[in-house]
Amino acid sequence: MRHDHLITSKQLSRDDVEAVLDRAAEIDADPAAVADRHAGRLLGLLFFEPSTRTKMSFETAMKRLGGDVVDMGSVESSSVKKGETLADTVRVIEGYADALVLRHPRQGAATMASEFVDVPLLNAGDGAGHHPTQTLLDLYTIRQNAGLEDLTIGIMGDLKYGRTVHSLAYALANFDAHQHFISPESLQLPREVVFDLHQQGGGGQIREHDSLSEVLPSLDVLYVTRIQRERFPDESEYQKVAGEYRIDTETLETASDDLTVMHPLPRVDEIAPEIDDTDYAAYFEQAHNGVPVRMAILDLLLEGGENDE
Amino acid sequence: MSEESTPDDHELRVSKIRDGTVIDHVRGGQALNVLAIVGIDGSEGEEVSVGMNVPSDRLARKDIVKVEGRELSQDEVDVLSLIAPDATINIVREFEVEEKHRVEPPETVEGVLSCPNPGCITTGDEPVDSRFEVLEDGVRCDFCGTIVREGIADLIET
Repeated sequence: MRHDHLITSKQLSRDDVEAVLDRAAEIDADPAAVADRHAGRLLGLLFFEPSTRTKMSFETAMKRLGGDVVDMGSVESSSVKKGETLADTVRVIEGYADALVLRHPRQGAATMASEFVDVPLLNAGDGAGHHPTQTLLDLYTIRQNAGLEDLTIGIMGDLKYGRTVHSLAYALANFDAHQHFISPESLQLPREVVFDLHQQGGGGQIREHDSLSEVLPSLDVLYVTRIQRERFPDESEYQKVAGEYRIDTETLETASDDLTVMHPLPRVDEIAPEIDDTDYAAYFEQAHNGVPVRMAILDLLLEGGENDE
Repeated sequence: MSEESTPDDHELRVSKIRDGTVIDHVRGGQALNVLAIVGIDGSEGEEVSVGMNVPSDRLARKDIVKVEGRELSQDEVDVLSLIAPDATINIVREFEVEEKHRVEPPETVEGVLSCPNPGCITTGDEPVDSRFEVLEDGVRCDFCGTIVREGIADLIET
């Protein structure tokens, strides 16, 4: 992977993705081999939104590479509270750190921030936009469980605002995966994303549905996302919709025995706990994969910086 | 060659200019957006004449904008293609049309349109100009990816 910044999975070729996944597999197999690889280097964490998994897995990844993190902390305790712009914040923190990780509530924040800094910047989620490092760990998990060749995947839930979904769809188009998007009409994939998928040449492989049942038997992977209550003006509308996109063992009766169920987490009640102990469940493994995959991403980006000098 | 090679009663309603730019064949009703998009609001003393909804063989109804004392650059002209794709640009010197251009869509436009997505980073207080990629049938925000195909004139930053 030879990029200065990682902003969106659209910028990643199939070779880029495979380079990250292969490096992650090497690290996973022998984490001790990279324990001091980036000793003395610092990763700046700028999280303008709450985050548990993404933030902690980046922190863990950097520390397991021998480096350390500097953390802006919560927005409430930072200069942002005084009205500092994001452009100023990143320009200040790039002076402290060798790379930056940014989570921000506004779409396009990472693109804009990357134009103000010279150190590598990783997009850890920008509003309803993109979340490319989540996508790479998703792909790593898919490759482990179902393989990326001839993949048929169902992506279900809030497809409109779900940044993990947008990033995953772009990346899967590199692999000619058959993608079935399952959502209520009001939460369909943004038309921009559908347009892009057609432009990428993966458009022939995508289908949109409002019901899981018709496609479930054909799926290798079912990627479930949370339907967010706050997206609905009315609680009863939310209840009506959310209930139809919830899975339990009964829902999965027609699924293949090899089905892999994934979720970027946190879940609320869209996957019944009874699924957790079945062979379908891969979401905790998926979360754990965040560390080796983010180690691989950091390693490749920081290594790329060294080679450029 | 005169500024208007075949002037008729309708075109004479807008006075001839000595030096400057005539933007012709603007779609009816878009003249004020044309002025906005090239940043002409009269505050710098330019003499501006506008003809709106005058009959035209090519467009049925067209607008004409004449700006005295200012020659628009090709970059300025190209941005017009977003709202006036049929426009012709005449650069006038001493009452003669010295150059005639058609607008060409640019690859990107910066600082001209505001993104309609309220969640886009460019709509906040950041020190960044909006930037749109020009598509065949619309524009796309370089930051948030929002595509706009209709109502582009409504996005012109004033």
